[in-house]
Amino acid sequence: MSADSRFSVQRWTPVSAASVATLVALCVALAFAPLLLGANAIDRLTTLFIYVILATMWNALAGYGGLVSVGQQAFFGIGAYAAIRLSSFGVGVYPALLLGAAFAGLVALVLSPFALRLRGGEFAIGMWVVAELCHLLVNLDHLIQGETGTSLIALNAFAPGARREYNYWLALTSMVALVGLMFSLLRGRLGSSMQAIRDSEEAAASLGVRVLAAKRLLFVVAGAGCGLAGTLYLATEISFQPASYFGVQWTAYMIFMALVGGLGTFEGPIIGALVFFCMESLFGASGVWYLVGLGATAVVFALYLPRGLWGTIEKRFGLRLLPVGYRVNQGKSDADGPARN
Amino acid sequence: MIWINQIVQGVLLGGYYALIACGLSFMFGVMRIINLAHGDLAVLAAYLVWAIVDHSGMSPFLALALVLPLMGALGWLIQRLMLERSLRSGMLVPLLTTFGLAIVIQNLLFVQFGADSRSLAPAIGDLAFDSWSIGGQIYISHLAGLTFLVALLMLGGLQLLLTRTPLGRSIRAIAEDPDTAELVGINSRAVYAAAAAIAVMTVAVGGTFLGMRATFAPYAGPAQLIFAFEAVVIGGLGSMWGTLIGGIVLGVAQNVGAQIAPNGFLIAGHVVFLGVLGARLASGNTRRRIRALLGRAA
Repeated sequence: MSADSRFSVQRWTPVSAASVATLVALCVALAFAPLLLGANAIDRLTTLFIYVILATMWNALAGYGGLVSVGQQAFFGIGAYAAIRLSSFGVGVYPALLLGAAFAGLVALVLSPFALRLRGGEFAIGMWVVAELCHLLVNLDHLIQGETGTSLIALNAFAPGARREYNYWLALTSMVALVGLMFSLLRGRLGSSMQAIRDSEEAAASLGVRVLAAKRLLFVVAGAGCGLAGTLYLATEISFQPASYFGVQWTAYMIFMALVGGLGTFEGPIIGALVFFCMESLFGASGVWYLVGLGATAVVFALYLPRGLWGTIEKRFGLRLLPVGYRVNQGKSDADGPARN
Repeated sequence: MIWINQIVQGVLLGGYYALIACGLSFMFGVMRIINLAHGDLAVLAAYLVWAIVDHSGMSPFLALALVLPLMGALGWLIQRLMLERSLRSGMLVPLLTTFGLAIVIQNLLFVQFGADSRSLAPAIGDLAFDSWSIGGQIYISHLAGLTFLVALLMLGGLQLLLTRTPLGRSIRAIAEDPDTAELVGINSRAVYAAAAAIAVMTVAVGGTFLGMRATFAPYAGPAQLIFAFEAVVIGGLGSMWGTLIGGIVLGVAQNVGAQIAPNGFLIAGHVVFLGVLGARLASGNTRRRIRALLGRAA
């Protein structure tokens, strides 16, 4: 007589299994891209991977955690700065890039007891102030020479061609690892906790969800992820000028990608990153008007299409390509007896 | 003596911060939202005043009188077209829409006015540099004094508006409980729109004083937003006179910081802001823990 028999909970659908398989195949194929594509294309793809990381991290915070941060550039800049500092201490340059990201995650962990108790707008601007403060403090380091900045000189030990390929592979691996990590986290216990928290923090807490621990995990992973994006960007740019790493435009890009793709969907920010990447490639040269367009698009999406591109498609067609959620189907036993209720 | 001077100048600077922050504080108190385009609206107003002054040679104060209704209308429009819709979808969406608006305003200002810094100081003659001596090498500039006075008038005016007028009563009723306010016949849409118009008009006044006391450029808005927000939070969200105290604390911290180290101005301000926020969270926690302990004992 259990009502459960009429329903089955499904996590994978044939479509989602096929799409994940396709994505894995695509990533494997991308690994061989440096053999086929020119230098310019490889550089652009590396940038795209960095955007996918940023969008996924920001979406995890805002879309799943309800934490709108205007200060994620803090971690982006700290990662890059830590990599430069470590390299100046004699750490190998590629290990320094990874350790820099880990340091950004550590900073997030230290900040979390403070930051995660702030609410809504307080959190948003509080994080922005944290980013500004990090920027000012990094400027105090003599190695950085204030706003003049410095370079990751150790990278010059590699020939430009080899460096381009290493950066590409590192960015690709980082993207796959971080998106995969976020996927498994949000599919698991954390995903259910975060959804409960997003819907009602008090109710979730009363059901035994450890609100602060769940948020902290998300905040630290997002911090390390943005830090890794920062060190990858440093690896492609080599030069480090604090203002361009700690600039709020990074958060603007993240908001744009997550909003346009679909806030709170797993696939959305990846699609948003693709859209942003295409817009930048097509219109980036038009400078200021391009930025006006970005801001206006973000406003329009927030007001009229709050689910974003992917969220709208997902709702209309019930499509899940990367299944982090649950799907309840009416099972066969429906026909067995008279429907109750 | 140099320290006393820094503190006096810090208090006066706090007057400017209170002036730029009162609209933010007012809007948060009424609508519980933080407008991330706040600083950019101030810079927009400064540019409008500058354009009129540049064109006609009139006094910036007269030009402000022309700009005020424009900014009021803009606030009304922003509320009607953007905030009203985004408020319905929860607390996060207004942050996103106003952030988008900020980017649009900054870049349109850049398109229209270019990267050059502007200032209204040349247009106000002696007011830009005259000062009173209050003895012992301490001078109070006429402009800083005027700014402080205007801040007092604006905060007092907003306070009176909230406590003494029918509009203020409606605003407070809606801030308390929008559904019940609607039940007793308050048109919340109209009241919100009026409140937004008033808030953006105060921003125009703040922007004009920004233009008179310093230079401004298209991307100067976010810094003003951060200062305003810091003043509001230090003073306690939604409290008008608290905003004045918050502004003064911020201004004094910055000036004392600048006296300690060359780059201490901004660092000290941010550190004091984060310190106050942290202390408030910690004291809230302690209070909760004590209450829990007492509850268990009882």
